[in-house]
Parts: sequence; C-alpha cells; structure tokens
Amino acid sequence: MLTDLTIHELAERFKLGDATPTQAAREYLDRIAALDPKVKAYLTVTGDAALAGAAEADARFKSGTPLGPLDGVPLGVKDVFCTRGVRTTCGSKILDGFVPPYDATVVARLVRAGAVILGKLNMDEFAMGSSTENSAYFTTRNPWDLSRVPGGSSGGSAAAVAADLAAATLGTDTGGSIRQPAAFCGNVGLKPTYGRVSRFGLVAFASSLDQVGPFAKDVLDAALMLQAIAGHDPLDSTSAAIPVPDYAAELSRGVQGLRVGIPAEYFIEGLDAEVEAAVRAAIETLKGLGAKTESVSLPHTEYGLAAYYLIAPAECSSNLARYDGVKYGLRAPGARDLIDMYSRTRGAGFGAEVKRRVMLGTYALSAGYHDAYYGKAQRVRTLIQRDFQKAFERVDVIVAPTTPTVAFKMGEKEDPLSMYLNDVFTIPVNLAGLPGLSVPAGFTKAGLPIGLQLIGKAFDEATLLRTAKAYEAATTWRERKPGLAA
Amino acid sequence: MSGAYDVVIGLEVHAQLLTRTKMFCGCSTVFGAPPNTQTCPICQGMPGTLPVINRRAVEFGIKTSLAIDCTVNADNRFARKHYYYPDMPKNYQISQYEEPLAEHGHLDIEVDGAARRIGIERLHLEEDVGKLIHEGSLETAQSSRVDFNRAGVPLMEIVSKPDIRTSEEAGAYLRGLRAIVVYLGVCDGNMEEGSMRCDANISLKRAGATPLGTKVEVKNMNSFRNVQHALEYEIKRQGRALDAGERIVQETRLWDPDKGQTVSMRSKEFAHDYRYFPEPDLPPLNVEARWVEAVRATLPELPAARRVRFMRAHALTAYDADLLTGSRALADYFEAAVAQCGTPKAVANWILNELLRELPGDDERAVADCAVSPGNLAGLITLIEDGTISGKIAKDVFEKMYRSGEDARTIVSREGLTQVADAGALGAVVDGVLAEHAKVALDYKAGKRAALGFLVGQVMKATAGKASPGVVNSLLAEKLSKL
Amino acid sequence: MTADGGSTGAMSGPPLPNDPKITMKEVDHVARLARLQLSDAEKERMRRELDGILSYIDKLRALDTEGVPPTSHAVPMTNVMREDEPAPSLPQAEMLANAPDRSGEFFRVPRIIEE
Repeated sequence: MLTDLTIHELAERFKLGDATPTQAAREYLDRIAALDPKVKAYLTVTGDAALAGAAEADARFKSGTPLGPLDGVPLGVKDVFCTRGVRTTCGSKILDGFVPPYDATVVARLVRAGAVILGKLNMDEFAMGSSTENSAYFTTRNPWDLSRVPGGSSGGSAAAVAADLAAATLGTDTGGSIRQPAAFCGNVGLKPTYGRVSRFGLVAFASSLDQVGPFAKDVLDAALMLQAIAGHDPLDSTSAAIPVPDYAAELSRGVQGLRVGIPAEYFIEGLDAEVEAAVRAAIETLKGLGAKTESVSLPHTEYGLAAYYLIAPAECSSNLARYDGVKYGLRAPGARDLIDMYSRTRGAGFGAEVKRRVMLGTYALSAGYHDAYYGKAQRVRTLIQRDFQKAFERVDVIVAPTTPTVAFKMGEKEDPLSMYLNDVFTIPVNLAGLPGLSVPAGFTKAGLPIGLQLIGKAFDEATLLRTAKAYEAATTWRERKPGLAA
Repeated sequence: MSGAYDVVIGLEVHAQLLTRTKMFCGCSTVFGAPPNTQTCPICQGMPGTLPVINRRAVEFGIKTSLAIDCTVNADNRFARKHYYYPDMPKNYQISQYEEPLAEHGHLDIEVDGAARRIGIERLHLEEDVGKLIHEGSLETAQSSRVDFNRAGVPLMEIVSKPDIRTSEEAGAYLRGLRAIVVYLGVCDGNMEEGSMRCDANISLKRAGATPLGTKVEVKNMNSFRNVQHALEYEIKRQGRALDAGERIVQETRLWDPDKGQTVSMRSKEFAHDYRYFPEPDLPPLNVEARWVEAVRATLPELPAARRVRFMRAHALTAYDADLLTGSRALADYFEAAVAQCGTPKAVANWILNELLRELPGDDERAVADCAVSPGNLAGLITLIEDGTISGKIAKDVFEKMYRSGEDARTIVSREGLTQVADAGALGAVVDGVLAEHAKVALDYKAGKRAALGFLVGQVMKATAGKASPGVVNSLLAEKLSKL
Repeated sequence: MTADGGSTGAMSGPPLPNDPKITMKEVDHVARLARLQLSDAEKERMRRELDGILSYIDKLRALDTEGVPPTSHAVPMTNVMREDEPAPSLPQAEMLANAPDRSGEFFRVPRIIEE
C-alpha cells in the first residue's frame, strides 16, 4: 500500500514510474474516508484540491521534471496554519467560518515543492493543551489505543502520521506540542530552533515560543520536511537569516565520538518506570554506536513549567485579543453594545482552557503584577537558557525522556495543572529557543509508544537528525504499526 | 482669569509620517482611497500575520529627534499597548514604551518678544489606528462603521515636558513643531486633515506652589486656534472651580468647537491598564551612531535659524520673516526670487500679499504648482523697479501671470501696458483734464485736497491706467500751482 | 513574609501575600480587562483553578534573579527592517469577505458606549 510508505520511498516509486502522485493521493483519501471516522484526525479534508495538485505532479514526473523530494507527496497540516481559500479554525469556535485570503509561508513552501495538501488537522484550541481534548470540535484518538489521547496540541498531526492518513504532517510546538504527541503516537517529531522556520501565517499562541515542525514516519522524512520549510522569511522579523544546511547530507554520519549529555534533573519521581527503562536502554544503544555519555546538570529545570505558565499565557492573552467579532470569525448575536458584543463573542467562542490562559496572562501583565509575575518569569527564562549554554560547552546533544508518561486515557487529566505537567521535559527547550526532537524508543508492555528526546544547540538540527538516524537504524521500532482496521 | 494660579500645560503631538508605506506592512499610505482598499492581512490584524519595521519611518524619527535636540537612544524597542476598540485591528497598538527612540530635547519659542525653552520629554514611533464613522453622534449612534485604510500608518508621538504656561505658548510650540516637521519633509503638518494631532494635559496650581494640581486631559482639538481656545477655556473653568473650593476631577474632556467648551467624557474610575510588554514579534533596534550621523548630515536649515537669517540678511521684520519661513517651500521660493531681482522687501510684499492670496496653501505642492515661478515674480518686480510699469498695473499683470503662467515682460508688451512716463505726452493729457474739470481744479486751489485724487484718477482714466503716477503727480502739482 | 523587591529587581503594586489567592473581585476585574463574559459558575471555577496555578507558580519567588536580565527574544537579533517599498494591498472584497457584519465598504459594529 502506498500509504505504508515514507516520503523518500514514495519519491522513489514516483521517479521509477511505479506509482503516480494521483494514485498516492487517492489511496490516502480513501484511507481517510475509511479510518478517520475512528481516528478523527482531520477537521477539513481538501480532496478536490489534493487531486488537482496530484495531477499536476503526475505531469511533472511524466515529463521528467519533478520539483524535488516532496513533489506529489500527500501531506496534512495542523489547522493552526492559514491556508488560502480553505477554512482555518485553530480548533476553535471563534474562528468558525474563517477563510484566510493568504497562505502561511510554510504552506506556500510545501506547495511550491510540489507537495499535495490532504487537509487540515485537529488540534487543541489555539494550540493550548496536551491532549487535543481542548479542540472545540472533537477529540482525536490515539491510533495505538482509541480510548487514549494522541497528545497535544498537534494531536491530529501526530495521529495522522501514525495511522498512515498522511505521508507526513506539519505541527507546531510552543511547550512540547510536536514532541509530546510524537512520543505518544510513535512518530518522529521535530521542533526546530526558534527562528529556523517562518511563523508567518501560523496563528500565534505564544510569539516568543511558537515554532513550526514536522511529524514524520522516519528520521529521513523529518529531514526532508525540514529542508523544505526552513529558512529566512522577510515577512517574519524573528526568522533567522542563517543559511539552511543540507540536512540529508550528513544524516548517516553516525555518532562515533559524539558527546551526549544526560541531565540528572530529567530523571525524577513521576517519570513512568517503563519510560525510564526505554530511555536508559536508548542511551546504552547510543553508547554502543560510539557515543560518549556524561552527566550534565540543568539546575533550573524545575522552574521551567512555572515560568512557561506565565510567559505563554501572557503572550497568548495579547495574541488572542484580536478575536472580538469585528472583522472575522464568530460574532455572538444579541449584543446590546460593543463591549457586550466583545464579551459575549469571546465568552461563547473560547473554550475553558483558552479562557483560563487568557485570564492568567492578563493577570500576569496587569498593573501591579507585571514585574512580580511576567518580569520574574522572563528572568527565570534567562537562567534556563544559561543552564543549557553551560551544558553545551561540554556536550553536543542532550538526551532525555520526551514525556513523563505514555498516552493517558481521554478524560483522565481533568485538573489543568496535572495536564500541564505533561510538558515538564519539553518546555525548557522552548524557553531556551533550542531545537528538540522526539524519536520512537520502544513500547510499553501494553503496546503504547515511548519517545526519546534529543535536545541540541541552536541551529544544530543536523546533529539531532544524525543522532536520531543512528539510533533509528539500530532499532526496529519503525516496523511496528497500530492495528487499525477499517 | 485669576492670577492666583500657575498654569501647567504639556502637549502630546502625533504626526503622521510621509512614508510611502505603513509602519509594519507594505500597504500605501496615500490619503483618500475608498474604504478598506489600502489594507492587507497584516494591517488588518488577521490571524497569523506579523509586523516588519519600515526603515524610513525610523529614519524620519531619528531626523526629527535631531531637529528637536533629543538624544537618540541607541537601544530602543517596540512594545504592545493593549486596549479594545473597533479601530484597533489587533486590540493592541504596537508602540514604544520604556525604551523610546529618543528623549530629552527642547523647542525654543517666542511669545510677545519673550523667548522660552520648552522641554521635550520623548519621541517615539507607533502605528495609527483605523477610522471609525458613527452613524450620527457618538452618543446617539446605534452602530458605527470601520475603515482600516489608516490603520498601520506610521506615527511619531512627541511628548513635551509640562513646561508650557499659557495658551499662546502652546500655540507657538505647536507652530514651531509643525514648521520643523514640514521642513524636514517627514510630515505635512495638517491638523485639519488629521496628519498632525494634539492632545493636551493641563493643571492649575497655587501661584508659586510646588505640588502640581490635578491633570485634565483635553482632546479633539483639530487646529492651532482650537488648541488655544480649548486651553483658554480650561484655564477659566479650572480657575473658577478652584476659586469656589471645588476639586478638579482627573478626567478626559473633549473640546466642542461649536459650543466653545470642553465636555467631560464619562470619567474613568481607573486609568487605562495598557499591560505593556516588549513586542515579541520585533527584535529590538540598535541605532548606531553612524546612522544617526548620516541622518544628521541630511538636516536642512531649520525654520528658527532660517528666520533669523532672513531678518539679518534681508532686513525683514520678524513678522514677515515668520510668515515666509512658516513653510520651507515658501522660504525657498522667496530666496529664489530674491536671487534674481535682489529686492527682498518687494519680494516679501508680493509673496505675502498677492501670492498667498492666490495660493490654495503654503505647502510644497501648492508652491510647486504655482503658476508664477520665482523667476517670473522677480521679473515682474524688476519691471516695477525700472519704471516700465506702475505698481497698480503690476497687480493686473500679476493676476494675468497667475492665470496664464506667462512672464511679465511678455504680457506687458503684448497688451501695451508699458507705463507712460514721458512728461511731454502726459503734460498734454494733464492739460486736457484740467481744462475739462476746471471747477475741480479751482476746488483744489481753494483748499479741497481730495480734489487732487479725482484729477489724478481722470488722468489715469484717460491713459487707461498707464500713466506713471509719479510723473502725473508732479505734473499736476506744477500745473495747478500755475493756475 | 518579606517583600522580595530585591530578587525581582523592581517590585510594583501591593506586596503579594504568602498565599496569593486571587479574589473574586480580581477575577471580575481581569475578566473585564480581557473582555470575557463568564457565568457565575465559570467565575468560581476560574478563581479556584487560577488560584491553584498561581500557587504553583509561586515557586518562582524563591529563585534569586537579582541582576539577571529578562529574556524577551529567544535568539538575539537586532535591526530587522524593510525598505519603504509598496506591496499590493488585498482587494476590498477579499478583506471584507470574513466580516461578521458588513455595511457596504465598511465593517459595522454595534453602538459604542464609553465604559
């Protein structure tokens, strides 16, 4: 089945003429029709546009002029990206009906590379959440166990790759929203360095933390996706003007002599025993491949969550101020006057988690509390950055668990704080602006995926990718698939 | 007004910058386009959009800062200022807060011969908001309409220190600031059209006392005159209230030009909580000394300096120098004309009287479009100076020049307007007039001085205005004395 | 409880109690600032949840951040600017297409009453 294949395997078939992009698109669309009612990964399926794009790719392959490794490849994108002419909801009711008149830069780049967009994927509302249960529309299921969450906020993006409902997908990561669902769903998930990929057209949650990244079936695919989207964008003032290396080129260099740091603070009480065992086994595998390990200390790790839950809500309360019923999206009916209209619209249009963070953020920025909360968190952020800087003087990559547990059951984490604790290992990486990657590292006895997190120096995605590649090549986790029947 | 109080006034001026595009996106800033046709997802605050700083706006900010002697802050950054209003696309305005572009400058003014230095607290950059149109008045409208063309246009906010003491000083400060921004070409300074706006903060305190009184903010003053009137009204209102032992409420009041009073907006219990924080979508600015010096090198002669030079070099009165230097274009015009005919006083008179009467304004465009070039004006004046035409005829010629764009000499020769100064020819005409109006001549001799004017007028009529008044007068005097 | 003005560098506003319980009055105030209409039940739940979160966040106060500069941007950059060159605006129809209430060429909003 073409839907079993990775991007690079598909590209090979297309090149040889053994399969066409239209065939691949059709297979994926058929599979979505058959299985997505169970998985519920997609909010919007853009079948006609996908087939039209695939037909154009067919022609290019026929004439021997493909655009590159992504040409004709069927992909899905998180519904947080603006897509021209295609409904974009961010998993929220307040954007119900919103059809952007422009494409996010990353979407445009994928399309320019010939990729075929299958549709928009489900997410926690405005990217706030760790389970996709905060979507205003429905909850996506974990393909490995349909009673469990896929993680969040990019739950749809992770589930789609795990269930072969797309060859690869795009998600976003602000506090772990790519890495955590990748761990829960057994994918490769990459959060690049802050500024590596353009945020233009990515509906903002926390501006200084948000980053765009791929979910992929294997490490090479992740590298190919990153290659297509990375690079400076004049429309994003925070995008880095640093050249993009050839990520696939160094991929098989191996890890001989690589200095790997193991942070003591990430192996804490609350870390699931099976997760810990898998991560430790992975470290042994890396040593077996020639890596050198040493202990490092990231002493301010425990403060990351608290700092994040001040900075992210503060920025989000600001970014979400524009949702007011004036220019787009929902306007609540029956308002007496403008202020009533604002309050009703936002009251009706935002879900509970979003409201909670908007309130928290507004409070943290408000007069009298600004320095004690927001200001303080910004200083703690500096301390966390410095921790990593110091560690990276001695090591090339840091290895840790991605999440403290594996995928939990839907409805299990009702208390917001217990939900936030999911991200305790991923958040510091966003605060420091560094790249992080989760690669499948095994399964629990119950068959649920476990993720291994790799953290790298700024703009050193290449080292993360080759470390993950070496590990992937030495293991067989990739061969196992969720048992989803139509 | 009770002299028992000191008046303390601070002015906040917002100037729209003459960049081609908006502060954070490439939409045009040209005035007058149909509603919502000069917008894009960025300036309309659509989800996912991001700002990018317009370099020229920063340059204009630096230029203005130098002209008002501010220190440019090498490290400065943008911040978000939050409040909800329909003309605010994002419900926050990207502005500058703790680290503005420039600080601590001054503007020197003169009122009734007294020179004063008004301190300037800060200058910063921000984006303008859209336009709200109420169906009726704000109080009665059931709905309002929004046009976002103006949203995102670059603004420069200049905040004075509370050094202004009278409404006249406020007017002088505003005129001075306007002249500078127009000279620099960074703003067209049009208060009526809203490209320059002014809000005031005013308080009164017991004469000589130190603690400041309660500040009242005054808005909606859309001309220099309105600013002065509004401040005068406030001074009276607050003075009367204080005299009566009342407390001044800290509030915002709107100037109502029709009623001639300030009216309270419903007073707010708390000041706006703008929840400022540094704009995460924009890296900070680091304005290097090199850039500042490069901008400094482009500063033109500023209005104050030019005014002084005009008075010195061209022996103009302060009043005339003021008016001529009020617009850089007009001052340039003046100097160009003087360069050609060398009679500054005459050029000044012609510009300030005849030319300004015809021109729709004294701005760049109006002066550039003027049908009478500086050279042509100089030519006209030369014809008067050398006696070719009389002053009176010159006025007609000027009007013809303005309508046709032709030079004076062409018009004069085509219409035969050359002044007749030949005593012989004129002598005959004078004789004729005296003969026809012998009675009037006798009235003159009998002491009726006004009769002379009548006789001169008759000579002018007979010569179709071309007689040289000087020669006519002397001939009449001579012949009348012989009667 | 000692005022930790030292560790935050500059402490503004009222000193925070050991137990930063956010009051109902504060919840109301913040909801108004954020233009969020909350039911009474929502408000009470919000108060409890925010209280729990703020208590957790309180652990930051124990950290000495004297002399530590705040980070606003993850990756240091300065002077990102563009030239003053026009780019095409979007057509009026496209910009108005998503308007919940439209009046000809304008967006329309309900009457504005000053707070």
